[in-house]
Amino acid sequence: MTLADATVGQLVMIDGIGGERAFRRRLMELGLVPGTRLQLIGRAPLGDPLELLVRGCSLSIRRAEAASVEVRLAGEPRAERAIPLARSALAGARSSQ
Amino acid sequence: MNAAETLAPPSADRLPGERPVVLLVGNPNVGKTSLFNRLTGQKARVGNYPGITVERRSGSVTLPGDDGADIELIDVPGTYSLCARSAEEQIALNAALGLAGHPSPTLIVLVVDAGQLTRNLYLALQLVELRVPIVIALNMMDEVEDNPPIPEAVSKLFGGVPVVVTNARQGEGIGELKHAVRRALARPPVGSVEVRYPPSLRRVVDEVADALPAEMKGSVERQRALGLWALTSLDDEDELQVSGDLRERCRRAHAEAPGRDLDREIITARYAFLDAAAADLYRRVEAHPHKHKLSERMDRLLLHPVLGFVAFLALMLLVFQSLFTWADPAIGAIEAGVGWLQALVLDTFPDGILRDLVSEGIIGGVGNVVVFLPQILLLFFFIGLLEDSGYMARVAYLMDRIMRSLGLHGRAFVPMLSGFACAVPAILATRTMERQRDRLLTMLVIPLMTCSARLPVYTLVIAALFPPMALFGWVPVQGLLMVGMYVFSVCITLIAAAVLGRTAVRGRRVALILELPPYRLPSLGAILKLMWERSAVFLREAGTVILVCTIALWALLSFPRTPPAVEAAVGAPVAAETAAAPQSPAIENSFGGRLGKALEPAIAPLGFDWKIGVGLIGAFAAREVFVSTMGLVYGIGDAEEAVEPLREKIRREARADGQPAYRPLTGLSLLVFFALACQCMSTLAVVHRETKTWRWPAFVFAYMTGLAYVMSLAVFQVGSLLGY
Repeated sequence: MTLADATVGQLVMIDGIGGERAFRRRLMELGLVPGTRLQLIGRAPLGDPLELLVRGCSLSIRRAEAASVEVRLAGEPRAERAIPLARSALAGARSSQ
Repeated sequence: MNAAETLAPPSADRLPGERPVVLLVGNPNVGKTSLFNRLTGQKARVGNYPGITVERRSGSVTLPGDDGADIELIDVPGTYSLCARSAEEQIALNAALGLAGHPSPTLIVLVVDAGQLTRNLYLALQLVELRVPIVIALNMMDEVEDNPPIPEAVSKLFGGVPVVVTNARQGEGIGELKHAVRRALARPPVGSVEVRYPPSLRRVVDEVADALPAEMKGSVERQRALGLWALTSLDDEDELQVSGDLRERCRRAHAEAPGRDLDREIITARYAFLDAAAADLYRRVEAHPHKHKLSERMDRLLLHPVLGFVAFLALMLLVFQSLFTWADPAIGAIEAGVGWLQALVLDTFPDGILRDLVSEGIIGGVGNVVVFLPQILLLFFFIGLLEDSGYMARVAYLMDRIMRSLGLHGRAFVPMLSGFACAVPAILATRTMERQRDRLLTMLVIPLMTCSARLPVYTLVIAALFPPMALFGWVPVQGLLMVGMYVFSVCITLIAAAVLGRTAVRGRRVALILELPPYRLPSLGAILKLMWERSAVFLREAGTVILVCTIALWALLSFPRTPPAVEAAVGAPVAAETAAAPQSPAIENSFGGRLGKALEPAIAPLGFDWKIGVGLIGAFAAREVFVSTMGLVYGIGDAEEAVEPLREKIRREARADGQPAYRPLTGLSLLVFFALACQCMSTLAVVHRETKTWRWPAFVFAYMTGLAYVMSLAVFQVGSLLGY
């Protein structure tokens, strides 16, 4: 599934980011690397853009671009901890070699 | 952002005495500006970065200690990374390395938001990789009191660079930071960091680093870091100024790695390093920070699909209302003061050119500048409040869907709304947008909004030329026309934005990645400082242009002071006009008057005669001057005070054949012309100030006035054909 398919409140984990290079790079530089968990917090009044919570920070991207972010459902929000997150990010780095 | 601007020779920014240059670098919204204000106190200057029209704030800081050395502190625009695609973004790297005309910094103070540690340390990691000496200011520690990061651990992560705890808003830690800077200047703290990039990537990076130009060469570590920078920054679409060789090498590196995403490999390796270290940076591990509690609660209301929009509209109404009405008493007082001074000069100076120059040219010109201050101050008070509190990012979030369809940035909303009051502060307010292209497009269309200076003109024209009757028995025609003018201007502005965004300032569509920072209590000091800086820049740079233009216009309408007898030699048609209107005063013989007559053939198809032509010339000083200029043309001393006689004159004005000179259709044509034409030298002066070229003000003047001509022509000719 993609981030655009997520429903408000859902917690997901990033599998990969597609789309234009500038967008991909900027998003990853903000810490949205494969393996990072994020939560869809809401949508703007006209349905677009989306509000995300990632690494304790609120970010907003548009639906069109969210459709190029591959995600999978992740566990409950309570399960979010620093160490598993670090491991999963490491795993992402390793798998990309 | 044309080539001429970006290639402009570096300005001699370094002051004599060669003080050490220290850069203030950090992500957006980390309190960098507060820290800058705290460090520099009152001694800040606003200028531009070499070669590019991005504002640069700098100031001197006296360091503690016996030597008490002065440093030059430069505020670098907020950035998440040193990687760049646009020339504006490249500032951070160029400033850090002293490239492209930037003074070479002795030290970088990196401001880090303690509540957003990992993301902020990503930038720290890039700086340490480049082996530039840095001091880290761990800021906003007060917001993470329950589980703050450990400064020593942060220092250790980067090979022992100094880390100082600060709370810039409260002024805590400033003294310690100055001490740390003083020590760092004596012994530059070059840290070290060992990110485990994949081995295959290292080879690619070394190859790219080989192609670095001479000015970027340095230690092996720095060259590797620059190789990484080039690999992640360069491609066929970026706007960066680098050698073709380096660009070619990067292109080949990406092409020779099919199936691999080098950006992803580099960035993931860095985040893997930071995430692995994260556990050591805190006392308690559980802290993966959630959204600030208060912000979450406020956003539940302020970003609510319905209530959020209502709150937004209410807030915008308040801003608009304040510009429109609250500024009025101050504007009135300034105008009264100017009038009083002018009267004083008229009474005390002997008759003559000097008296008129002082009273109408100089005092009037200064008045034309100062009169903008109330609105500029008020608008920047609100903008400071919106920016500082974190709400401006929400404006962009709420308005993105609508503004994007017009090719505008979500943040363009506040400046455009302000355009209803006055284009001058509105254009200054476009600075809330980072991208040059977004700013430019907003600036180009703002002058089309119905500003308050158009209202006296609309009032005069509507009252003089449209009968006070009602449609369907209850809809007053005059009121309807006024509302219609507003609707017309909004439609035209939006169409112009859509068209210009696809033609004159075409830019690549960029993805929106917007941070919604936590809400914070705005600091009054910072807002006052912003208001002061904006006003000072306006007075200094736009004010001079406005003053000169006012004097030039005064001269145009006052010279030559020849008696009407000489007129006969100038042109035959003039004599006929003079006969028809024997009361016409000296203005008719002036250059402006002659210009008005020379314009008549050109504006006759719009339904205008030379008298309106003179009015249009006068309106260039400011649109409302049309009223007083028309008063002069008709020999009515104080047209602004006594509107009624002028309305009567205009209504009764007759052509040689006895028909009324002006019909309602003439009025409609005139309204359309005033809605669209760029008759405002102050607007042009501010566009010049903000773009640093005369090309864009010329463009604004040409496209608006051209549009006005064509539309008025269409209105008058089609209307005439239809028999109105």
